[in-house]
Amino acid sequence: MSGADIVSKTNTKPKNQKQETAEEIDSVTIRFAGDSGDGIQLTGMQFTTSTAFAGNDLSTLPDFPAEIRAPAGTLPGVSGYQIHFSSREVLTPGDAPDVLVAMNPAALKANLKDLNKGGILVVNTDAFSSQNLSKVGYAASPLEDGSLSDYRVIAVELSRLTANALTGMSLTKVQAERCKNFFALGMMYWLYDRPMEPTLRWIEAKFKKTPLMVEANQKALHVGNAFAETAEIFGHHYRVKKAPISPGLYRNITGNEATALGMVAASHLAGIELWYGSYPITPASDILHELSKHKVFGVRTFQAEDEIAAIGSAVGAAFGGRLAATGTSGPGVALKSEAIGLAVMVELPLVILDIQRGGPSTGLPTKTEQADLLQVVYGRNGECPVPVLAAATPADCFNMVLEAFRISIKYMTPVFFMSDGYLGNGSEPWLVPEVSKLPKLQSPVLPSKEQFKPYQRDDATLARPWVSAGTPGYEHRIGGLEKQDVTGNVSYDPENHERMVRLRAAKVNKIAQEIGPTQVLGPGTGKVLVVGWGSTYGAITAAVKNCQARGEPVASIHLRYLNPLPPDLAEILSRYENVLVPELNMGQLLKLLRAKYLVPAVGLNKIKGQPFKISEIENAIKALIAGGKP
Amino acid sequence: MNDEELTSLPASGPMLTRKDFVSDQMVRWCPGCGDFAILATVQKLLPSLGHPREKYVFISGIGCSSRFPYYMNTYGFHSIHGRAPTFATGLKCMRPDLQVWVVTGDGDGLSIGGNHLIHALRRNVDIKILLFNNKIYGLTKGQTSPTSEVGKKTKSTPYGSVDYPINPISIALASEATFVARAVDTDLNFLSDVLSRAAKHKGSAFVEIFQNCIVFNDGAWEEVSEKSMRDETTVNLAHGQPLVFGKNKNRGIRLKGWMPEVVAFEPGKAPSDLLVHDEKAPSPALAHMLARMERPDYPVPQGVFRCVERPALHELINGQVAEAKKVGTPDLQKLLRGGETWVVQ
Repeated sequence: MSGADIVSKTNTKPKNQKQETAEEIDSVTIRFAGDSGDGIQLTGMQFTTSTAFAGNDLSTLPDFPAEIRAPAGTLPGVSGYQIHFSSREVLTPGDAPDVLVAMNPAALKANLKDLNKGGILVVNTDAFSSQNLSKVGYAASPLEDGSLSDYRVIAVELSRLTANALTGMSLTKVQAERCKNFFALGMMYWLYDRPMEPTLRWIEAKFKKTPLMVEANQKALHVGNAFAETAEIFGHHYRVKKAPISPGLYRNITGNEATALGMVAASHLAGIELWYGSYPITPASDILHELSKHKVFGVRTFQAEDEIAAIGSAVGAAFGGRLAATGTSGPGVALKSEAIGLAVMVELPLVILDIQRGGPSTGLPTKTEQADLLQVVYGRNGECPVPVLAAATPADCFNMVLEAFRISIKYMTPVFFMSDGYLGNGSEPWLVPEVSKLPKLQSPVLPSKEQFKPYQRDDATLARPWVSAGTPGYEHRIGGLEKQDVTGNVSYDPENHERMVRLRAAKVNKIAQEIGPTQVLGPGTGKVLVVGWGSTYGAITAAVKNCQARGEPVASIHLRYLNPLPPDLAEILSRYENVLVPELNMGQLLKLLRAKYLVPAVGLNKIKGQPFKISEIENAIKALIAGGKP
Repeated sequence: MNDEELTSLPASGPMLTRKDFVSDQMVRWCPGCGDFAILATVQKLLPSLGHPREKYVFISGIGCSSRFPYYMNTYGFHSIHGRAPTFATGLKCMRPDLQVWVVTGDGDGLSIGGNHLIHALRRNVDIKILLFNNKIYGLTKGQTSPTSEVGKKTKSTPYGSVDYPINPISIALASEATFVARAVDTDLNFLSDVLSRAAKHKGSAFVEIFQNCIVFNDGAWEEVSEKSMRDETTVNLAHGQPLVFGKNKNRGIRLKGWMPEVVAFEPGKAPSDLLVHDEKAPSPALAHMLARMERPDYPVPQGVFRCVERPALHELINGQVAEAKKVGTPDLQKLLRGGETWVVQ
């Protein structure tokens, strides 16, 4: 052990505590940051798994750069992973990190401003060469010029220590260097008293084909862990107790994983095979990758030549009586708009996933935003209503995508399922549902051949019958031209057109009967009602709970149905003096609420490619209560 | 009847007739439009193919050609401009028991739809693509199409088109199509034979049909479609047969170097080195060369340029699913649990 060789530059007072002492803390937020090639995501995900096993509640936020591999050591190449874990309920990945693990100067430069004052800063000093420093504009090393005096700096010669730990093994310098992640991880596991077994098991499975790497990575983990304890560089370590989580079987899940699993579940519960037409696009591609593995469930994935072919193939499958979906991000929705209009006109079931990202245009592919709401509610030629559902958390993606399929079949309509990069890539613990308890998805019964008319509607849903092409005796033609009511023939008749436009609108509005009573968090009346949708759920809920704990007159609701809106919403909105709508856009739900309910709702709008901080929402609530602007 | 195979009607029992395929909709093409003839040919052909009526699906894009599905008493889908092959792909892959026809035109299929045509063909989606080529945009009242000649004066090109036309047969061959053919809307027996072969082909079948737009581009194909002229201006392709044409069968095609040349001879005394058609050649090179034979230098080839075998997309996709089902069991609960789980007491 070469711990004694290391000069630890820490600004705390000399310790007189023993190493065994662990300080109990409620919650902590850690951010890992390094070069895109440094395996930061991997490190973060392992820490997450370990934390889940430790029984804490948690929420994560990966932060990747848009380019695959920017030049090593540069600012655009910095990749980050933040995890907030606690012995209490965790709703967000944390406003700001308490601990920053910076693998190189670029990671330090990009992330230091976010680190809480007095926070722990673990730095890999081996990467602080003059070349790396100048790459990101440091004239002098921040490790030496006193600029880090506000933080508890833990300087670690990570590369050298890792190499030393692995001497005697027949590894090349490059191979040994790659293990430094696990060394750092081992240190962090000690610091927060995390179990190592999940990562040891993972290493075993991942590097199964190269036993040498299994041994090297596992050794690096162990040695890093021991080093943190023995070298007395941290002072003491921390314990974060288990959180009071409902009993049951849990797994960690990202929003994109939950979305994919929800789709497989939908197919299983409907008893109909699924066709997924898609085109690679950040941040939705992972859903295509995940689904492509599940052919045993009869899921067919199709990587189309473009976004339009992706949705076209899906509508074709629906015409054949099969479950159909297509998934993309904002730019893809734009491309698909004509085909979505056709799906509305031919009234076939289809689920369209929009995993939103920063826009407009190519925008910020790896950053989160929720600025597609108006696009999905209105973005087609003519009067073209489409139901819109939105998930609130990563695990909620499972429930809402399942609901999207249920609605699309019951009402014979395309349905948008809204998620975003933050939900898609973020993770949280998920109480694994019992398949036997999930609701079956039922297709309405077909009328007899003699009674069948292509556009005759069910009274309760206004849906037309779903005839699979190939069914004898039901031959008919569908298309994008306006349809005659009931018969479905092409019609340009003026009265008929207005009737059909109103019928299509009424059908989507009927979906409101599916929406249960809106849950209000807090008092039924008050000074402020916070209304959110999508991924702002965590930050809003945490902020509102903080305010409520201080006795402030605020409540919140979170919408998962955006079109149609819940039938009880008008009444709820009327009971509060102020309505605040925090959104990661310029005010889109805000516009919908103001237009429909004529309420003077106000927005808190952040369009930085980053989720809300809890404090930002708390401040806005406080301002409104005090009679000012948010 | 199951969903996996395109079934045939039993040998005995009620047979379908042309009337069974006529829909109740009044046909609204312009009087004299070439589309009437093609419609009648298809309606006459389908009963002979021996499948139940409900198994046929006609999918179209936008254009005069694309009104076709409304006039067929089968399942039909009038979709959006250029995108019919995409709907057809999803439908055929999930429902291999259906026989899927795509009706398109020179604008719908080669302009906005060019991309989708290429990919449907390269994937060998088992669909029959009929491209009605009238060298004009008819439905929108007369603009140039990707097959219009340079200098063509239309409403959008009053000074003459400056765009060089593309060749649909060449595009299909370049897209690795396994069946490529051409026919004309005035020789209906020939057209019927070509369509019959297309229907029976396992995989994408691309058929270019020279079609006359009587209102906006009348006579565009006159030289090769008129009965009185076409013997001299077209050559019929037949696998294993030498390329011979002319009313008196006194002209033929042979290779000079790597280019075709027209030779004349006495009837019955054809030279031994005439080019023999091989539609099954693994390389599309011969078909490509034939595709470049255009007026006025050559007779225009009609018939099947290429007919080769390759697995169809639905066989490949469904094959992978079948394989997966053979080696695994669909355990949804296991899938939801995933890799690492833990229990909270």
